Amino acid sequence: MAQESIKPSRVIIIGGSAGSLNGVLSVLPEIAGIVSFAVIIVLHRKPAGENILVNLLAAKTRLTVKEAEEKEPILPGHMYIAPADYHLLVEKDYSFSLDVSEKVHYSRPSIDVTFESAAEAFGPKAIAILLSGANIDGAAGMQKIKECGGVCIVQEPGSAEVGVMPQQAIDTVAVDKILPTEKMAAWINENLLI
Amino acid sequence: MSNRNEVTDDEMESLLNEVLEIYGYDFSDYSRASLKRRINRLFQNDHFSGFAEFNQRVKNDHRYFARFVEEITVNVTEMFRDPPFYLALREKVLPVLSTHPLIRIWHAGCSTGEEVYSMAILLQEAGLLHKSLLYATDINPGVLDILRKGIFPLRAMKQYSENYIQSGGKQDFSKYYTAKYEWAKFDEDLAEKMIVSTHNLVSDRSFNAFQLILCRNVLIYFDKQLQEKALRLFDESLESLGFLALGARENLKFSSIAPSYQQLENKERIWRKKA
Repeated sequence: MAQESIKPSRVIIIGGSAGSLNGVLSVLPEIAGIVSFAVIIVLHRKPAGENILVNLLAAKTRLTVKEAEEKEPILPGHMYIAPADYHLLVEKDYSFSLDVSEKVHYSRPSIDVTFESAAEAFGPKAIAILLSGANIDGAAGMQKIKECGGVCIVQEPGSAEVGVMPQQAIDTVAVDKILPTEKMAAWINENLLI
Repeated sequence: MSNRNEVTDDEMESLLNEVLEIYGYDFSDYSRASLKRRINRLFQNDHFSGFAEFNQRVKNDHRYFARFVEEITVNVTEMFRDPPFYLALREKVLPVLSTHPLIRIWHAGCSTGEEVYSMAILLQEAGLLHKSLLYATDINPGVLDILRKGIFPLRAMKQYSENYIQSGGKQDFSKYYTAKYEWAKFDEDLAEKMIVSTHNLVSDRSFNAFQLILCRNVLIYFDKQLQEKALRLFDESLESLGFLALGARENLKFSSIAPSYQQLENKERIWRKKA
């Protein structure tokens, strides 16, 4: 068991390719009560420059940004980055596990792997966001998020650098909302926070 | 993927309990999220009609059980994985080991052995292989058969060669294997000093004293309690001033043995046991 600590009120899990994040990061702070949330970010990228990414993200949010470590408890007010070359999984006691098993959709970390375990761990507390990307990773994971009562938001493919990944989710999953990234925070505020 | 195709938490726990009773393999302290994903993957890939059939097969078919263990544990590995780690072995660890008349190294959870062959190459290049013993152990007998043969997919060699060069390798990497069809067979001289055996970190004891133990990307699949148990086993098996090497995202810092160890200065995941 992870230590008995305050759990995040919601958990936002964002999947995308490296170029896709800026939009969503610039609006994250506008989510009311974001400091009671945890944010988990899974990016397809080359396995290098961990600290650069952490520093880049830290400059854009009030949350504490760090790379997710295995067995680490998931805390409110934190943004966790999946380490390169590992799958990032979530345990039901709100802690992280790492896994170096086979790539999924040519990707490790795979967005599907994180979404699927997050769906089971967080249930209705999960908010999955899928951004620009060039393969079909993430769609199966979103299906699982839906089955477990979570919310799925997908970047409008036309506004994405590469629309394949969001389009695949739209085609296969009854997602809750399709939006350009700059409108996501407002939608979350209006519809998910009461 | 619909729920019908998935093993539930309760079904998984009951299956694992029966596996422990029947076969003596204890997965109760493995991290759940990864284990469940592996079990579901096997369940789906082998097209069972339902959990009952899967459960019966695992319980009653010993050959299928061997497949079960091999599939639910992760056996992905590569040669010279994390090249800076191997560079640190070359520069910081081997010079110390070279002073010993006999060098004993344990690769715990070695899978198909790509890292053991990587180590053998380092030792050969340092002129130390002749006085070294490389103990290679894993829970799965099947992966050890691959290690004994020393035959790996040829398509991986380009990546391994790049890793090798980044790890400080100065030779032509292709001199270490013979290519045939889709396969690369590694030089049998490299395997001469390997001692290969099954060993289960959950249930088996220490079996020797070593100057270097490598256990990379194995502890991530264990819960904290089992990690602690494995680390104590390594501590018991390591000579004073010996080295313990873990995976790139594994850490000693929260374990009870941490005070007896000093991490190498270069931040690679290598710790030296204090005197």
